[in-house]
Amino acid sequence: MTQAALDKALKGPTFHPISAKRKAKNSIAAILFSASFLIAMLPLVWLLYTVLSRGFRAVISSGWWTRSLAGVLPEQFAGGVYHAIYGTIVQAGIAAVISVPLGVMAAIYLVEYGHGRFAKITTFMVDILAGVPSIVAALFIFALWITTLGFPQSAFAVSLALVLLMLPVVVRNTEEMLKLVPDELREASYALGIAKWKTIVRVVVPTALPGMISGILLALARVMGETAPVLVLVGYARSINFNAFEGNMASLPLLIYTELINPEAAGRSRVWGAALTLILLVALLYIAAAFVNRYLTRNRV
Amino acid sequence: MTVKPEPTAVGSSTSTSPQQAGDNEGMPIKTAKGPSLKDGGGRWGDSIFRSMAIAAGATIIGVIALMALFLIIRAVPSLQANMANFFTSSEFVTTDESNLRFGIADLFRVTMLSSVFALLVAVPIAIGIATFLTNYAPRRFAKPFGMLVDLLAAVPSIVFGLWGIFVLAPWLEPVSRFLNDKLGWFFLFADGNVSLAGGGTIFTAGIVLAVMILPIITSVSREVFSLTPAGHVEAAQALGATKWEVVRMTVYPYGRSGMIAGSMLGLGRALGETVAVLIILRSAAKAGNWSLFDGGYTFASKIASAASEFSAKLPTGAYIAAGFVLFALTFVVNALARLAAGGRVSGG
Repeated sequence: MTQAALDKALKGPTFHPISAKRKAKNSIAAILFSASFLIAMLPLVWLLYTVLSRGFRAVISSGWWTRSLAGVLPEQFAGGVYHAIYGTIVQAGIAAVISVPLGVMAAIYLVEYGHGRFAKITTFMVDILAGVPSIVAALFIFALWITTLGFPQSAFAVSLALVLLMLPVVVRNTEEMLKLVPDELREASYALGIAKWKTIVRVVVPTALPGMISGILLALARVMGETAPVLVLVGYARSINFNAFEGNMASLPLLIYTELINPEAAGRSRVWGAALTLILLVALLYIAAAFVNRYLTRNRV
Repeated sequence: MTVKPEPTAVGSSTSTSPQQAGDNEGMPIKTAKGPSLKDGGGRWGDSIFRSMAIAAGATIIGVIALMALFLIIRAVPSLQANMANFFTSSEFVTTDESNLRFGIADLFRVTMLSSVFALLVAVPIAIGIATFLTNYAPRRFAKPFGMLVDLLAAVPSIVFGLWGIFVLAPWLEPVSRFLNDKLGWFFLFADGNVSLAGGGTIFTAGIVLAVMILPIITSVSREVFSLTPAGHVEAAQALGATKWEVVRMTVYPYGRSGMIAGSMLGLGRALGETVAVLIILRSAAKAGNWSLFDGGYTFASKIASAASEFSAKLPTGAYIAAGFVLFALTFVVNALARLAAGGRVSGG
């Protein structure tokens, strides 16, 4: 008896193989994580396929890119969306002209100057502005610009609402890019006796420029598809209107929303065609942003 | 290389390599010269630029303040003329200016139901994706895969709406019929106030919203997950933890704040989403009963649906009042997200 007990090892083996239960849990987790990625890809691929297959015919039809819908009957397969493309680009463009200088200056303030209570409040407000729903931004511009100041509905009012939506994106992105600029560059410039503002304008901003530009392009892509402001702040026009300060102006989202009510097959085809056009515009901006990021960052710090 | 200190060259030459400095000796040396260090006086450029930067920051604060102020100013007269209780009534009748009856009860119910449902669908998937991208995907693919998920955020919301009602809704119809049949006793799956045919229900809208808020929850969680200290991970590995155990014991506890912040940001987006919901949800004749198969309007879609009739002041004020409630809701949710993250949240 005692002999047998002494023969037995005092300890069990030091390394146990992983138990079947833990192994199973581990592989189930791995499968679930990979599956969740595939689940997210499903709507993306499905949506792009749908828009491509349903909008393709309309987009390659003659006159799609060069004509408006002026004089085209609801059931007619004719006309194009050039008036809406113009509206989308002009509204987003005006928004960019206002929000880029403002956003870049605010970011410069936050990165280069801001170290106090006021800077903290500003960052907080940027975060809050980023979370303001587009319809609330539109309502605010309606209450301020149209009801209180008495201006008419116009594409410019839409641009003002888009400024509110674009501003936080520009500020945040510029901030990130300015923070990436190494402090040695600033110090080298100060050591040469250059004033702070000149250091920022001639050294810091040029270094961060490619990243800033690509961020601005992405922000533009985001506001181009905004529908809520155009619903509230401007009327739809079937023909081209070059004047951003007066009259109705079409834009791609507004055209889609208006044509949804059209029960004819031609209306449906225009809806999907315009959706594809919008996605192509967004894709173009994304490609431009990637290009800027890739080719202009060379030879820079 | 020996460089002779050359006191006279301090102020005059800006780019001199040691060689050039040495060659300079034969050249005529500038004799008359001012002080080599100027004082900082007269740099008015600095103060102007500084004030411009501060003004830009102040503009952002001013915009938020103005937003709250103007929404309230425009809403108050209509609230005073309101014949129904603003918070408990589910009517929204603004056609008769002398008898305005509007309340946000129904809007609040539909908004909350669709957003919370979207959140419940999206959060587990988003956290799964974030875990996959930070811990499972091969390093080379992690970045392109992440960009693919971000592409979902690039799709305009009106296109999501089109896809949701024309493509996804018919697919979801059998699913909702099945849920309604088998689990109809549970209030979420009970008969709603619109027909299941066509799929214009909160169920469909919630799933589309879930897809739309996936990228933001994913990107915030991903950012925090990737910051997990390597020491924690290695310690868990040294104890013999499997990959899943490493994730559960180090990545998730460390990233909890990011998950919460991301979810709050996602909730904020879902609350304010306008046009996709407007296209998908069918309007209902009577108030709903907290079922996923209800129709109706959210705050945002109600305002957008009436946008073309914004001319008379008092009825418009009713919608602006609803807009202010939405503004306050998203303000609170976003502030909570910031609080959870303990500072900045940088979700796109």
